[in-house]
Amino acid sequence: MMKVEFLDKKDFWSGVVLIAIGALALLIARDYPFGTMVRMGAGYFPTILGALLVLFGVHLLAKGLRSADKIEAGGSPRAMIMLPLSLALFGFLMDRAGLVPALAALIVGSAAAGSEFKLVEAILLAVLLIAFSVAVFVWGLGLPYTLLAGF
Amino acid sequence: MDLFNNLIFGFSVAFTLQNLVYCFVGVLVGTLIGVLPGIGPLATISMLLPITYGVPPVAALIMLAGIYYGAQYGGSTTAILVNLPGETSSVVTCIDGYQMARQGRAGPALAIAAIGSFFAGTVGTLLIALFAPPLAEFALQFGSPEYFSLMLMGLVAAAVLSQGDVAKSLAMVTLGLLLGSVGNDVHSGIPRFAFGITELTDGIGFIVLAVGVFAVGEIIANLGASREPRLSTPSVTSLLPTRQDMKQAFAPILRGTGIGAFFGVLPGTGPAVASFASYMLEKRIAKDPSRFGRGAIEGVAGPEAANNADAQCKFIPMLTLGLPVSGVMALMLGALTMQGIQPGPDVMSQRPDLFWGLIASMWIGNLMLVVLNLPLIGLWVRLLKMPYRLLFPAIMAFSAIGIYSLNNSAFEIYLAAMFGIVGFVLVKLGFSLAPMLLGFVIGPMLEDNLRRSMVMGRGDPSVFFTRPISLGFIIATALILIIVALPATQKRRPLDAG
Repeated sequence: MMKVEFLDKKDFWSGVVLIAIGALALLIARDYPFGTMVRMGAGYFPTILGALLVLFGVHLLAKGLRSADKIEAGGSPRAMIMLPLSLALFGFLMDRAGLVPALAALIVGSAAAGSEFKLVEAILLAVLLIAFSVAVFVWGLGLPYTLLAGF
Repeated sequence: MDLFNNLIFGFSVAFTLQNLVYCFVGVLVGTLIGVLPGIGPLATISMLLPITYGVPPVAALIMLAGIYYGAQYGGSTTAILVNLPGETSSVVTCIDGYQMARQGRAGPALAIAAIGSFFAGTVGTLLIALFAPPLAEFALQFGSPEYFSLMLMGLVAAAVLSQGDVAKSLAMVTLGLLLGSVGNDVHSGIPRFAFGITELTDGIGFIVLAVGVFAVGEIIANLGASREPRLSTPSVTSLLPTRQDMKQAFAPILRGTGIGAFFGVLPGTGPAVASFASYMLEKRIAKDPSRFGRGAIEGVAGPEAANNADAQCKFIPMLTLGLPVSGVMALMLGALTMQGIQPGPDVMSQRPDLFWGLIASMWIGNLMLVVLNLPLIGLWVRLLKMPYRLLFPAIMAFSAIGIYSLNNSAFEIYLAAMFGIVGFVLVKLGFSLAPMLLGFVIGPMLEDNLRRSMVMGRGDPSVFFTRPISLGFIIATALILIIVALPATQKRRPLDAG
């Protein structure tokens, strides 16, 4: 597969990310009072930081165009989607369905992010961890969570 | 004698049943995660922080500290037995430790590592007791300009000495500072970067960020990495080192302790730097350097002493100046703040129980580790065989419960999930995350002191240069930056930072 020259360059993308964050910070901080040197407003410090990030970003971007430092392979896209998603699902279910379904979704969901996923094993693990968590956190430490909404 | 009385007071605090139990739990959990590759002290302490919320501050700090130095012990055990550094600090121990194990001398290697660590831990405890009070006394003279300059120096030094590209580390510090500025501005009450979200007006939760980038981000990275092949474990027959072993290890332990203590107070240098420096020194002054890499006991004794002394001395700037010099210390500082304790030189006078109790507990914890570790080696070896696919869902579950228990807020869970992705992407791009956490923790203090200083100086930045202590820190900061910018030092950068 053909690749554009800079598409996998580590420093180039680092620079892009930093410039984006810095520019965004600068843009948002414009809404806050800047103040003076003596009485700095809410926007003073973030503006300095945003500008610094842009500077670092430009430096890295320039360096990245020259260097051959590539982003290493590894890190599975599956894990990058599945893990945060199951974590978010945990938060969603905690508010609506209770601790047991939230944990079940989180544990089975994150187990499925691995490459050696076995459903039966994941369910067993979930049962064990849920029992442990309920015993320690709810009964032991007294955290006030509904175990299962509606019951 | 003050030192003596203080230490006795510390031991009286640490020897209560509750604190002993927390110390024990801490070193046990620490050893466990030290043994297990793929989960480090940063992730574990982040994960356990919420649980310590309801625990008294002394006990909480004692336990978290136990996890930290316990992990160093655990890391060296697996380094020696299976050539697998459980923590970055024990990479060096693999070199000669594993060779000793292959020659059937795993027992003496483990024993020397434990003895060296214990000796260094004892010296470290004494050093803190000796040097922390005068340092805190000195820091009591600091005003806002001094604190600003000190923090600036700390952040720059941490970024420069940590792993990887300097510009990237400095950028991470800056990003951390920016993340720290989220929420209501203390001086004007204006919500910054809150995007109309109520939860964000209080700022980003420290634990949310730490768990997100360290626990979740680390798991994403680990799941993509190729698996380490499992190695057969040598059996441990005799633990006792011979008289010859002790004689050979004695001086390296002393030198390693010195090196570790020196690197310990420097910001940004992880224990890996101290242990590496000790290894190089031992190899250089050895009569027969060719023995190194083939099971030289000096190559285990020195680095192990160095990494433990380093771990202990990292507490000095954190406890006396409120300046965290590593990622773990940033977490400790976060734990203090969560407990409502304002970190800084006042901690020692206002909470002597916390200060001296923590120090005494470190010595007790080190003793526990020696007693605990050697007989439990069999158990740790068996634990190593636990597959990661069972481990990481458990880490996810405990992290999630921990974050949710803070404010019962689903939003913070979503935020942590997002930081998991952010952390992973940043690591992929070659950024190190510890400087970001440092910036995040120090950020609000840095800004506050900057603004106060400018009010003091009537808007004239020369306030930082006319006060001698502040000027000293500024000069040191400039020197650090100049040294890094010199071409000769560009290629020679330390291994890694914790």
